[in-house]
Amino acid sequence: MSAAAIGEPLTRVDGRAKVTGAAKYAAEFEVPHAAHAVMVTSTVASGRITRMDTTAAERSPGVVTIMTPANAPRLPNNGRAAVNPPAGRVLQLLQDAEVHYNNQPIAVVVAETLNQALLAAALIDVRYQSTPPKLDFQAGFPAAHVGKNKIPSMLSEGDVAQGFAAAEVTVEQIYTTPKQNHNPMEPHGTIASWDGELLTLHDATQYIFGVKQTVAKTLGIPEDNVRVLCPYTGGGFGSKGSTWSHVVLAAMAAKVAKRPVKLVLERPQMFGPVGGRPETYQHIVLGAKRDGTLTAIRHDCYSHVSTVEDFVEPSSSQTRMLYAAPVITTSQKLVSLNVGTPTFQRAPGEATGTFALEIAMDELAVALNMDPVALRLKNYAEADPTSHKPFSSKHLRECYEQGAGRFGWSKRNPAPRSHREGNLLIGYGMATATYPANRSESQAAVRFEPNGRVTVLSGTQDLGTGTYTIMAQVAAAKLGLPITLVDAKLGDTRQPQGPVSGGSQTAASVTPAVQAAAEQAVLKLVTLEISNPGSPFYGALPEELDFKEGKLLRRSAPASGIPFTEIVGRNGGAAVEAKASAKPSQDVEEYSQHSWGAVFAEVAVDESLGMPHVRRLTAVYDVGTLLNEKTGKSQLIGGLVWAQSLALEEETHIDPTTGRPVNNNLAEYHMPVNLDIGALDVSALGTPDKNFEPLGGRGIGEIGITGASAAIANAIYHATGKRFRDAPITPDKLLA
Amino acid sequence: MNSFTFRRADAPDTAVEALAHDHAAKLLGGGTNLIDLMKQGVEQPTALIDINPLPLAEITPLPGGGLRLGATARNSDTAAHPEVRAQYPMLAQAILAGASAQLRNMATDAGNLLQRTRCYYFYDPAYLACNKRKPGSGCAAITGFNRIHAILGASPECIATNPSDMAVALAALEPTVRVRGPKGERHIHFADFHRLPGKTPEIDTNLRADELILSIDLPRSSYAAHSHYLKVRDRASYAFALVSVAAALDLDGTTIRSARLALGGVAHKPWRAEAAEKSLKGKPATADSFRAAAELALAGAQTYKDNAFKVPMAKQAIVRALTVAAGEQA
Ligand SMILES: Cc1cc2nc3c(=O)[nH]c(=O)nc-3n(C[C@H](O)[C@H](O)[C@H](O)COP(=O)(O)OP(=O)(O)OC[C@H]3O[C@@H](n4cnc5c(N)ncnc54)[C@H](O)[C@@H]3O)c2cc1C
Ligand code: SF4
Repeated sequence: MSAAAIGEPLTRVDGRAKVTGAAKYAAEFEVPHAAHAVMVTSTVASGRITRMDTTAAERSPGVVTIMTPANAPRLPNNGRAAVNPPAGRVLQLLQDAEVHYNNQPIAVVVAETLNQALLAAALIDVRYQSTPPKLDFQAGFPAAHVGKNKIPSMLSEGDVAQGFAAAEVTVEQIYTTPKQNHNPMEPHGTIASWDGELLTLHDATQYIFGVKQTVAKTLGIPEDNVRVLCPYTGGGFGSKGSTWSHVVLAAMAAKVAKRPVKLVLERPQMFGPVGGRPETYQHIVLGAKRDGTLTAIRHDCYSHVSTVEDFVEPSSSQTRMLYAAPVITTSQKLVSLNVGTPTFQRAPGEATGTFALEIAMDELAVALNMDPVALRLKNYAEADPTSHKPFSSKHLRECYEQGAGRFGWSKRNPAPRSHREGNLLIGYGMATATYPANRSESQAAVRFEPNGRVTVLSGTQDLGTGTYTIMAQVAAAKLGLPITLVDAKLGDTRQPQGPVSGGSQTAASVTPAVQAAAEQAVLKLVTLEISNPGSPFYGALPEELDFKEGKLLRRSAPASGIPFTEIVGRNGGAAVEAKASAKPSQDVEEYSQHSWGAVFAEVAVDESLGMPHVRRLTAVYDVGTLLNEKTGKSQLIGGLVWAQSLALEEETHIDPTTGRPVNNNLAEYHMPVNLDIGALDVSALGTPDKNFEPLGGRGIGEIGITGASAAIANAIYHATGKRFRDAPITPDKLLA
Repeated sequence: MNSFTFRRADAPDTAVEALAHDHAAKLLGGGTNLIDLMKQGVEQPTALIDINPLPLAEITPLPGGGLRLGATARNSDTAAHPEVRAQYPMLAQAILAGASAQLRNMATDAGNLLQRTRCYYFYDPAYLACNKRKPGSGCAAITGFNRIHAILGASPECIATNPSDMAVALAALEPTVRVRGPKGERHIHFADFHRLPGKTPEIDTNLRADELILSIDLPRSSYAAHSHYLKVRDRASYAFALVSVAAALDLDGTTIRSARLALGGVAHKPWRAEAAEKSLKGKPATADSFRAAAELALAGAQTYKDNAFKVPMAKQAIVRALTVAAGEQA
């Protein structure tokens, strides 16, 4: 088998384990003597628990312990020792009797079997003194507040009044997106086991080191006492980026029960206690000259938060960098509601923000009687319009051109309702996609094993995204080995530290560390050999040697290679390992770093039934180098499916009286099924961004959900002549 | 889930006896609805009697025409059966429009008729008010989120809908449900099988607690050539109907000899639109006739905060379904 190459569409190395069930997810580990815990959650949204009668539950068969606000172990600082917004969450750890949202954890029942725990949980009698919950988002606007986030909440560039005064055409509209809840196939789950003072957690997470830190701090124990394991994450989409209450509760329950405890959330518990995407209300004003030149953009956003903690859904982010307007003003305000704390959900900000901005741009194109692609090209930003930095790399123009070509955009008759097939109205729409390129420090190790294999390790996560595969692939490519000789290991805090798998940064952060570790490991072989009198390389200078196809060789005599197994053997037989760390260089700060894309949609609408069908999506992305074309495209495709979900289907409905999510199951929480998805034509330019990262790759996990939802909404406008500004565009709204 | 005993029935009579003996016992068909409800704590049977071993899975012709669908015939097998497809194509379409392939492979025909409402408030015992789950407790849906709720035949006690697709097509085909109780067999007209909520929304059907469904007996149909099942839903598959229509016409050239029209997603039972059917009799099969029928079908509609859209949706779906039915060639 030939050596692996960067970009090659290699099949997932863990694919077989996953489809055969051999891959073990957090809650599937068999920890001896583990008891089963269930979380009891509140049924009111606001108030306090006045009485919790556990008498009957305690007598129920198999019950080991019941943890309530009355008897739960007291934690340092009321359980808030690790609170550090926006990711160190305010948790509900039974430290008081307050209820802040419906479905909030209020007790934990531990029993011998899961069913016994469930039965006992149902017997707990809870009384509340409830107060009227705050649930009306828009009613909260007058009292809205400004939150803290990594981006400033308010930003103004240029003279706003002048910018709008200079406009000859103005578009002003309100766009809204609903509450959503991440529903990865694998629900959150934790197995906690104590061995004396040492705590081991099998946890479904996007950030093992974050769990380690948060749990240690919250419990007030040394970080070194906590080990977190997560070899596979069954999807996370942001919800598993933070450590939520149930993880700490599992550790507390295991301590009380004096035995390992497994706590897996029920599907309905995925709606509230573990975050979700907040509702947004976005006011956009675009001012332009008749030739399409933007004179000013205003984008004012409201999103909701819980009453315990702020989280900003930064829907205005892309508005600050996407188009070259001289005036850009944006704001973010928050409304506190009695609902679970919102969090990062796939492309937080850009997913909802591009829905609004890119429909507004379409409305402007209509108002100007201009082609939507031409309008975007007219306002093409050559540099970041608000930070004024150059972009690390931007080939968006090619995305528009290639996308339009592949889609057949030129065949579009711009008049709405101009294309009919029987009962169907057909429309074409397009939009721009964009997402920031993120990267942070990561460590990795590479080990030459005595058996001729190479192990690559990093304490990162594979969310189903392909981390195992690209770790092995990058190491194999660097060492000139076939991928079949490389084993990737991840998901253990005993491994070199990796960052949170969020913000589409895993590949861009971990693979440079893998490359660096591979270099260091080779250097170790070299050092061993040149100082070993038994080696043919004894006394050579390091620069005279090279490592190719698993062999160390002299550059002057490439045929003289010696397999690394021989070197390992000669040097005592123990594996040769090196660890390295890689972080973004200071120079990166000189650039504005983003990925780009253009999305084109064809939608057929059956107006009299209100049913839309997305027939095809064509998307061309500039995401730098694709490390693996297959896993990379899967991410982009998955993102497009999410975008369609946002545009047409997905919404968490909250009961207006009790604040409880009503459609809290996968039958009623709609997201696309296979039959909803049309033809997907996804391609990436593949132009490396070496200003960003040595391999030139930017993240790909989130950009797919941006822009595409607006492209679909714009296609629906083109099909029907009606503008829909409130996601999701469901049959009740679409019905003519 | 509460504890329960489990046994396999070996004969219809023993299943009936077991039901008569223990009123908290339940029969287990495919389990796709019952088990879900048990997990939610909505159903709490003390005993489960598995009726899958009973010889009730056959689909057989009835003397004098018509077809008998055995109680435990799977939804998938029913939809794929050549006689069903030939004589009752609308029934096959309705079944295939429901649930997912996996669910249809498990679900039985009798179980399908007895599936319970998908009202969110019924499904989640955390809501205290649900007259169907807990008689006398109120109805959370009336003041709650009621996008999927009824617009016809509801009561102040309950505005839930029957979620079945299959049952809508059956309503238009007028079968009888053959059941066995402790005193022997009886036939229930399909129109009398499901109930409106009235003051007792906890009772979905007129099947007695100690009765076992043996089969669904379909009469010979003169509608095979011109029928259509149309389902409007939030996604292309695996979603319950917002509104659905079973439409069938018996045509004499372009004149309607007789019509059958039933609606799903609008009421506590599969909703037979008899006035609309009558209005079509003797009329030409044109859009105008269909529109007039649709108006009649929805005449008594009452809507709530989130479901007003169902009225125009149902009317337009009726017109479409009748149009497709009329255009279909034998
Ligand atoms: C996620 C999801 C989506 C779905 N979507 C749809 C949809 O779009 N359209 C649709 O129509 N349906 C849908 N369904 C419902 C599905 O069709 C029903 O669950 C199924 O038909 C029930 O049949 P079963 O045999 O599994 O019934 P069971 O769950 O076994 O039984 C249901 C009830 O019938 C009783 N029962 C069963 N057999 C008999 C008998 N012979 N005599 C007397 N009583 C009996 C049981 O005691 C029980 O009370 C969906 C279900 C799920 C879970
Ligand atoms: S509509 Fe019926 S099922 Fe739903 S809450 Fe009201 S009473 Fe219960």
